[in-house]
Amino acid sequence: MTITDFLCIIPLLIIAIAPIVIMIVISVLRNYEIVFAFSVLSLLSGFASVFIFFPFSPHSIEPLFIIDGFSLFFLGIIFFSALLVTLLSYEYIKQLSGAREEYYIILFTSTLGASLLAVANHFVLLFLGIETLSISLYVMIAFQKSKDQSIEAGIKYLVLASVSSAFLLFGMALIYTVFGTMQFTGLVSAIANLGQLPPLFIFGFGMLLLGIGFKLALVPFHMWTPEVYQGAPAPVSAYIATVSKGAVMAVLIRFFFNIKGFDNQSIFVVISGIAILSMFTGNLLAIRQQNIKRLLAYSSIANMGYLIIILLTGSDKGIQAAVFYLIAYFITTIGAFGVISLLSTKALEAEKISDYKGLFWKRPWIAIVFTLSLLSLAGIPVTAGFIAKFYVIFEGMKAGLMVLVFSMIVNSVLGLYYYLRVITTLFSKENEPDLPALSITGNITLAIISLSILLLGIYPGWLIDLIVRYVSL
Amino acid sequence: MILVYLIGILLTGAFLAWLAGSRSPVWSRIIAIVAIGLDLILILPFIFQSVSTGSKWIVDYKVDWIPAFGISFHLALDGLSLLLLLLTFFLGLLAVIISWKEINDKAGFFHFNLLLILAGIVGVFLSLDLFLFYFFWELMLVPMYFLIGIWGHENRIKASYKFFLYTQASGLLMFVSILAIYFIHGNSTGSYTFDYLQLLGTVMSPATAFLIMIGFLAAFLVKLPVVPFHNWLPDAHTEAPTAGSLILAALLLKTGAYGLLRFVVPLFPSASATFAPIGMLLGVTGILYGAKLAFAQTDLKRLVAYTSVSHMGFVVLGVFSFNELSYQGVVMQMIAHGISTGALFIMAGQLSERIHTRDLNQMGGLWEKAPVMGSIGLIFSMASLGLPGLGNFIAELLILIGAFGANVLMACLASLGLIAATIYSLRILQKVFFGEKNHDWKINDLSLREKIVSASLVIVIVGLGLFPKTVFNIAKPALLKTLDNQKEINMLNSKPDKGETASETISFFQKAK
Repeated sequence: MTITDFLCIIPLLIIAIAPIVIMIVISVLRNYEIVFAFSVLSLLSGFASVFIFFPFSPHSIEPLFIIDGFSLFFLGIIFFSALLVTLLSYEYIKQLSGAREEYYIILFTSTLGASLLAVANHFVLLFLGIETLSISLYVMIAFQKSKDQSIEAGIKYLVLASVSSAFLLFGMALIYTVFGTMQFTGLVSAIANLGQLPPLFIFGFGMLLLGIGFKLALVPFHMWTPEVYQGAPAPVSAYIATVSKGAVMAVLIRFFFNIKGFDNQSIFVVISGIAILSMFTGNLLAIRQQNIKRLLAYSSIANMGYLIIILLTGSDKGIQAAVFYLIAYFITTIGAFGVISLLSTKALEAEKISDYKGLFWKRPWIAIVFTLSLLSLAGIPVTAGFIAKFYVIFEGMKAGLMVLVFSMIVNSVLGLYYYLRVITTLFSKENEPDLPALSITGNITLAIISLSILLLGIYPGWLIDLIVRYVSL
Repeated sequence: MILVYLIGILLTGAFLAWLAGSRSPVWSRIIAIVAIGLDLILILPFIFQSVSTGSKWIVDYKVDWIPAFGISFHLALDGLSLLLLLLTFFLGLLAVIISWKEINDKAGFFHFNLLLILAGIVGVFLSLDLFLFYFFWELMLVPMYFLIGIWGHENRIKASYKFFLYTQASGLLMFVSILAIYFIHGNSTGSYTFDYLQLLGTVMSPATAFLIMIGFLAAFLVKLPVVPFHNWLPDAHTEAPTAGSLILAALLLKTGAYGLLRFVVPLFPSASATFAPIGMLLGVTGILYGAKLAFAQTDLKRLVAYTSVSHMGFVVLGVFSFNELSYQGVVMQMIAHGISTGALFIMAGQLSERIHTRDLNQMGGLWEKAPVMGSIGLIFSMASLGLPGLGNFIAELLILIGAFGANVLMACLASLGLIAATIYSLRILQKVFFGEKNHDWKINDLSLREKIVSASLVIVIVGLGLFPKTVFNIAKPALLKTLDNQKEINMLNSKPDKGETASETISFFQKAK
């Protein structure tokens, strides 16, 4: 291992060492504030270290790791989202009874799993990352031991995730049989020699897609989403919607572009079908939801549907659009779940839409943040979501994917309908909810989120330039 | 740079008004007035410049916004946008003044939304970058939704939904068209840009051009609105608070008309010529159907809302007549309708503040109680039916003359609309101010504040009727520019018919041999 190798994985090391330190600290002294502060600091330094190592990229550590602009960007996104989720968890986890410090250990292990996915160049690392991530997530989802719903969601996720992992493994094995390599870059040359993808490989890719589709909650592998989102603690739902999906998306994009899946007719059709189905299913089922967490779950299904359009663009520009979309979507989603977690108390999870009636009149500030997040999810201008949607539509049209672009547009209108329903509830005058006061960390987080949403909506040029400069495969 | 200030002042004002609102509503009202007033003062000097600059842009400002996509922050002012800006700021001021008593709940947030809508409208009237245009087009939407949804009347939720979904859905179609024209232009010339001036001469096959134009039309015709797509309008107008109705009717509808003049006709000269017969038919349908529905209403605000549908029919008719006369009429109609319908909505607001109903059957005989209000109502009903001497008369007359040159049948049908307008306008007067007293209302006549508002509107509408030339002079260069392309198309189409050109063609062929 050379010194550059070592330097390049420092961001990962920080995230790997942090939970060990926390474990040791807990065994000596249980103090919630110290653990929380240490977690925030570690994530901050992890985030900062990503920028320091840009000059060393691209660099690959054979055979597992690849550290290029793409993976560094995803590391940055993952750490930043994990940081926001940590900040939001402070109040929420604090009010739980029993051992609470362990939450942060699991948060770190799952973040580590996610980071592995971002740098994976090999099936082994892919599987390692996905398992680290999923196993940590079971615990996080079921963290509220006293709540039946939480346990139920955890078990559901455990069972379904294990099945999907089995498919994933099967897919990997099949692809290995065909090409005799598990390295993504190795596949590139193997496929280039063949010219055409062999049927067994396509079958293997299908299995792989099934496993990954489960993690991304794409239709028809989406059944778990609403229950898990609803049962999990609100910050954890935010985490699943962002960090976990983002990391899996990163590895999917890398793999898909390496094997040039968009050139294959049948893969193209299947992905288009999944995209369109996900959009429509997500949005149509969201319309009638009375529970805000379920609504956001369905909305996330639709959003992943929009996002996989870019797989079919088959260009670096498309990947850049995906990265921007993910950044915007993460900030927005964490904003929405952040409001939910900040307004939830031990006694009452603020999850029914009716709980938010008249929020604006009592808590104008938090209602505005919520509105901003929902408008951004709907893709209304001035918010980050608008530029993100524009970017995807733009690249989609450039690649001539008119059917997908049109169904995305139809779905934007459908989506708007249910987001507006929530916004209307916030501003209705009927009943004034009784809600807890916000903590300082909560206020700061929401301020960061709403400023980022506006900044990316009004002046996205700098981020787009950054992405265009560094992100490519 | 001054154009950026116009929008900047409104945005800053919006935030200040919101902050001030938590201390006292009066402060947020004052801030709103100062912000709009400042803008009005800033653009007044351009009135004198506009005539001398001719066909060029009076002010032009351009900086890069998102260079990766070829999006720039490009604002420019010409006679057409200048007139609409004057209208915007004037009515914006009135909107603040008329809600002085009506809005007491969350006044800070109200004025925030109001100023944000105005900023969006100003942006729409000034943008010369299609992406920026769409950005502002959507920016108007959310605050208007709040205005209706929070401060509106009983059925405000449904109305605000309808408004948002109609506009957003049609806007997205326009967005796809914007992207399509961007890619077509980029692929053929190699320069990918959203800049209006560069996209102007984009070469497209007729079928493509027509399809892309439909996307633009969708947005503008829904906003205007034109008859099959007018469903959102009566609800939104009726349920909005007075200031909201005023802005909707007087300004938001005009953004649709402006879009037709600024974008549809210049960008798609031949496609819009192909569409012209359908466009004119839609216009006439709007005129007659709107008038018929207006006549059938019992809710005063709803009635006035339907008259808007009818009046906007004239705008569509004029736009697709493609001649200078009708275009002058269209611009006049945009302004005069803004003033007269705005005034009628203000009157409806004043009435419902006093008697707490908008039901025409409950009213009657109010002239005795409120003669000043009655005479104001009389003037604007007359304006609405097109009485000579008031702005609307000039506008509708010019549109009809212009349309007569383009399509005799349509012009004849449209002129029936004037009779219908007479009927519904007189019905307003009959039901509200004359006729039998249904209730023994005890109401006050207009207060000084309301008198000032009404008087200023009367002055403008009479001024438009007596000195229309001022408006014509300001608008002329911009309109001629719009028509330029159209003339070429017409000439191309009509060439074979004319003897002279035919002989030229023949001689050309002989030479070629």
